[in-house]
Amino acid sequence: MFVQASAPVIEARDLVKTYPGDVRALDGLTFSVESGSIFGLLGPNGAGKSTTVKILTTLSRPDGGAATVAGWDVIREPDRVRHTIGSVSQQSAVDPEATGRENLVLQGRVYGMRGALLAARVDELLERFSLSDAANRVVRTYSGGMQRKLDVAMGLVHRPSVLFLDEPTTGLDPEARADLWDEIARLTREDGLTILMTTHYLEEADRLARRLAIVDQGRLVAEGTPDELKAELRGDAINVELREPDAGQRAAATLAGLSGLRETSLDGAILRARADHAASALPAVLAALDGAGIPVATVTIARPSLDDVYLRHTGRAFRALAEEAS
Amino acid sequence: MTAIAQSYFMTGRHVRAFIRQPWFLAITIVQPFIWLFLFSALFRNVAEIPGFGSADSYVDFLTPGVLVMTALFSCGWSGMGIIEDLDHAIMDRFLVSPAHRSSLIVGRIAYELVVLGIEAIIIGGVALLLGARFEGGILGYAALTVCAMLVGAAFAAISDALALVVRQRESVIGFSSFLVLPLSFLSAAFMPLNIVPDWIAFMARFNPVNWAVEAGRAALASNPDWSFILPRIGGLSAVAAAAMWLAIRAFRSYQRSV
Ligand SMILES: Nc1ncnc2c1ncn2[C@@H]1O[C@H](COP(=O)(O)OP(=O)(O)OP(=O)(O)O)[C@@H](O)[C@H]1O
Ligand SMILES: [Mg+2]
Repeated sequence: MFVQASAPVIEARDLVKTYPGDVRALDGLTFSVESGSIFGLLGPNGAGKSTTVKILTTLSRPDGGAATVAGWDVIREPDRVRHTIGSVSQQSAVDPEATGRENLVLQGRVYGMRGALLAARVDELLERFSLSDAANRVVRTYSGGMQRKLDVAMGLVHRPSVLFLDEPTTGLDPEARADLWDEIARLTREDGLTILMTTHYLEEADRLARRLAIVDQGRLVAEGTPDELKAELRGDAINVELREPDAGQRAAATLAGLSGLRETSLDGAILRARADHAASALPAVLAALDGAGIPVATVTIARPSLDDVYLRHTGRAFRALAEEAS
Repeated sequence: MTAIAQSYFMTGRHVRAFIRQPWFLAITIVQPFIWLFLFSALFRNVAEIPGFGSADSYVDFLTPGVLVMTALFSCGWSGMGIIEDLDHAIMDRFLVSPAHRSSLIVGRIAYELVVLGIEAIIIGGVALLLGARFEGGILGYAALTVCAMLVGAAFAAISDALALVVRQRESVIGFSSFLVLPLSFLSAAFMPLNIVPDWIAFMARFNPVNWAVEAGRAALASNPDWSFILPRIGGLSAVAAAAMWLAIRAFRSYQRSV
């Protein structure tokens, strides 16, 4: 097998998957993932993210198209693929009646690992995911976050070179999520893994992924680096709630003159605007309102969300429909 | 080779979970007691019927029937474990690993047979307490246990195949509860075939459950007729192998649905 450094490690071409009841889960999906990088697959519920992962991990067969992982064809050479990959499914897949350590040991054995080497690897992973204290408890007694960490550890026991993570951080508290992000980042940085992860959170993809693809209704609607995609967005949202609704017009006029703000609009006592970077624009906004003697009740800012990106690429039709309806 | 090792590890997983469920363990141990007590009390007078043969050793007669029926009852539930693993996505995890499909079935069935082995020992012990003599000795009882295990393996495999294809608890429950009694009664489990209606005797000839009961019972006789027993063990092996092949194939049906 000849894999050049530049050859993609994961390559999906025109993947089609249909389910009974006329569901077209994948409708010609094409993308590729470079070696040693994290690739983020984003998209709303039902977009086809998990279906893609199931096909690439050899669980499910596509109805059309082709895919290779580490150079192996997922349809014709599934056994080769299975030895190469680690997979963490969207649903936790650990055995609740076994202990954390037993889960890891069995997983290693299935991949042919034995004895001291396996024991050392299991200890290392338990340590790495802060599960050493709970290692000998049955998983049924674990918290959701502990189970999720064990799930990821399970995918790593046999030192795969390609890792699939289907919504690894969904359901974790912010601290656990940040910890897992660090671990995932470390996996590519230090161990050189190639990772495909799905997520609903732009923030997560932004932090971790070198490139990402947005999928909707089984199709690729956008692909690029996080910066490329964000550059296409119209920026952060700033919402200012005024204490006196009467001051609305005056406030809108005040803000309209500020540089860096766009699309200022008034909705009752709430003033909305967009800025490339809300946090740096905010002091000027508050100073201007204060200078004009307009009291402010609350201020919120929102980073561009997956919704914004998603709407940007697929929302035109929705908006047009909404306008027609009104 | 790897498939055998993997099966062994899978069996280990199930046995460990089994030992950790004290209630399940207790039921497994108590159930054969109840069957043997109930049936020997219920059928004792039946043994007086002319044509029954040696009425004095009714427990000897009954033990193979109770053991084989226990095999059906306990192995018929095997598919429930498959559904548990499907629900917990554990099956998917193994299916994307290098684990052989066969190890997922063989490992589970081997576990069912470990449990059945424990039950066989308990049933044998209780039968001896109730006055059974087992002329065929340890070897005879071992041959009976093998027969029960082969029928159990076939039944477990069909239950597993059904679980993979239908993926509903109800159908697995329905399968085992619907089939166990008819299959047991269409056999010599509780009555010798020379005193049952002809059509039952006829159907019993094609019933692997009956092969297991008759071969197991023959093995318990003082001078076992191995030319009667071995072909039946061969037939049971073929049925068990075919059922296991079917169960392994059933993974394809499951994977087409994901
Ligand atoms: N086993 C299945 N049988 C029938 N339909 C399915 C099956 N799996 C997925 N689908 C359908 O395929 C479509 C894509 O589902 P998929 O699970 O890939 O979405 P997803 O992007 O992972 O969504 P989520 O963010 O909710 O996890 C959905 O319409 C879903 O209902
Ligand atoms: Mg999903």
